Amino acid sequence: MNRIDAQPTSGASDTDRPLVFDVQGLNVFYGDFHAVRDVELPVRQNEITALIGPSGCGKSTVLRSLNRMNDLIPDARVEGQVAYHGVDLYGPEVDPVQVRRHIGMVFQKPNPFPKSIYDNVAFGPKIAGVRSGLDDVVEDSLKRAALWDEVKGKLSESAYALSGGQQQRLCIARAIATRPDVILMDEPASALDPIATLRIEELMFELKEDYTIVVVTHNMQQAARVSDRTAFFTVEVGEDGTRTGVLVEFGDTSTMFTNPSRKETEDYITGRFG
Amino acid sequence: MTNRSVPTTGDLVAGALKGRRLDVGGFVLVVGLLLALLISMIVLVTLIADMIQQGLPVLAERGWAFVSTPLSPDAHDAGIVQGIMGSLGLMLFVVVIAFPVGVASAIYLEEYAPDTRLTRFIVANVRNLAGVPSIVYGLLGLAIFVKLLGGITGGRTLISGGLTLAILVLPIMIITASEALRAVPMAIREAAFGVGATRWEVIRYQVLPVATPAILTGTVLTIARAFGESAPLLLSGAVLSLFFASPSGATLWDFVAHEKYTALPIIVFNWARQPQKEFVALTAAAIVVLLAILLLVNATAIVLRDRFERRT
Repeated sequence: MNRIDAQPTSGASDTDRPLVFDVQGLNVFYGDFHAVRDVELPVRQNEITALIGPSGCGKSTVLRSLNRMNDLIPDARVEGQVAYHGVDLYGPEVDPVQVRRHIGMVFQKPNPFPKSIYDNVAFGPKIAGVRSGLDDVVEDSLKRAALWDEVKGKLSESAYALSGGQQQRLCIARAIATRPDVILMDEPASALDPIATLRIEELMFELKEDYTIVVVTHNMQQAARVSDRTAFFTVEVGEDGTRTGVLVEFGDTSTMFTNPSRKETEDYITGRFG
Repeated sequence: MTNRSVPTTGDLVAGALKGRRLDVGGFVLVVGLLLALLISMIVLVTLIADMIQQGLPVLAERGWAFVSTPLSPDAHDAGIVQGIMGSLGLMLFVVVIAFPVGVASAIYLEEYAPDTRLTRFIVANVRNLAGVPSIVYGLLGLAIFVKLLGGITGGRTLISGGLTLAILVLPIMIITASEALRAVPMAIREAAFGVGATRWEVIRYQVLPVATPAILTGTVLTIARAFGESAPLLLSGAVLSLFFASPSGATLWDFVAHEKYTALPIIVFNWARQPQKEFVALTAAAIVVLLAILLLVNATAIVLRDRFERRT
């Protein structure tokens, strides 16, 4: 895949990497339910951007609007602009299937296909039309996902025989296999034990050399450990009791966690709320 | 008691845990439930035992000949080969028509159709259709396949009967296939969409393989249901007495599209009406064969399901 280098936005410091996503005025509705309101979110290349916040704050919804997974939910409606390397992902000529080949996804619970380890990784490239060199793609993807050494002798065995942590790394390998340039992760370690979680976090650190990562997490320490930038969301309860997710603050992770500019952020990261 | 000692924690816990009360209501309930089960079991066992007791002499005496000889007005020669051939032919129609149409409908309803009022209306009516008495389908078969389309089906032929049965079991087929598809975890679909699969690729490579065991089991059970039907066949052209074997030189197509046909349940129905005493035993023997085939079909369903489930 050819990477399209976006121009740095004006006024950005020279340490800023090119923008991969430029989300402007994003609103997501499920039927009459206004799930997310007016989100502005820049995501930069080869960085890990963490989306944090309490349950129901819309962080997963925002993540899923980045590769059009929300399209799969009936009644879901997205307004505003999600620019990916300057291209509006919701433009009329954009094919969501192609979008998802460039922007891979790892889900909260490990969800391997009930097939062999090999077939799990090879599925994406296969449907994308890759016919030769599949073995190399599978090996390379499993190596990048730090799983190769554990599974190289048993590629034809069922993915369900792996442990939860291994399954999640298999899902990461599966996402890598389509050669995306962004990997979205929706609470990738929340169903795993602390050691498996640590492995996923180390892996994220290695992966950001080659990929741009956006990760949703409810784990403050995780966000602080792995991410370069953090977006903090919260729930706004309207007069009629409706709950809408809003972005409170976005910035460098180090700044957010040491010197948040908003009171809500400080309360949340110090554990006083949520 | 004058010497009242202070109860220890252990005494208190023992007192609270040990006092066993007689749970009369619970006991009555269990007995009632068991009785309900017994009633159906007794009926079933009596039925089967009675049939075997009456039919076994015929099966023992005639052996394989009972299954392999044609119908005859003479009770000593009468066999059921046309019934078995007819029933197998009908099942073939059911499989070839109801299976693909049913699975295709289910895929549309579960995977493609938007959740609108119209879709819900259709789903509700498919369920209603599954409950329509089979005689009604017989009338439908008579009106459409025998009369209206008689030029194509050849009138009262295996084609008309097969189509009628296929239409009869189609709603059941759709419902079982829908349930099989619905049981496939959403996470598998999301995973496949997530790597850039189109909707059809998601269904073809991930959803259907997972749903196949349940769909196949449902199909086999649906076939078993069709196998036992007699009322719709009586209306849509199966004949009661088929005393002549097919003329030599008749092709399979003749058998399907031109010949009169009958089916195993029809033979049971017809023999049961005969006044001669000998036919009572014959009827029982035919029922035993019918039940044996149904048992075989159900066993196939179980084996199929186990085999597929072990593979994943």
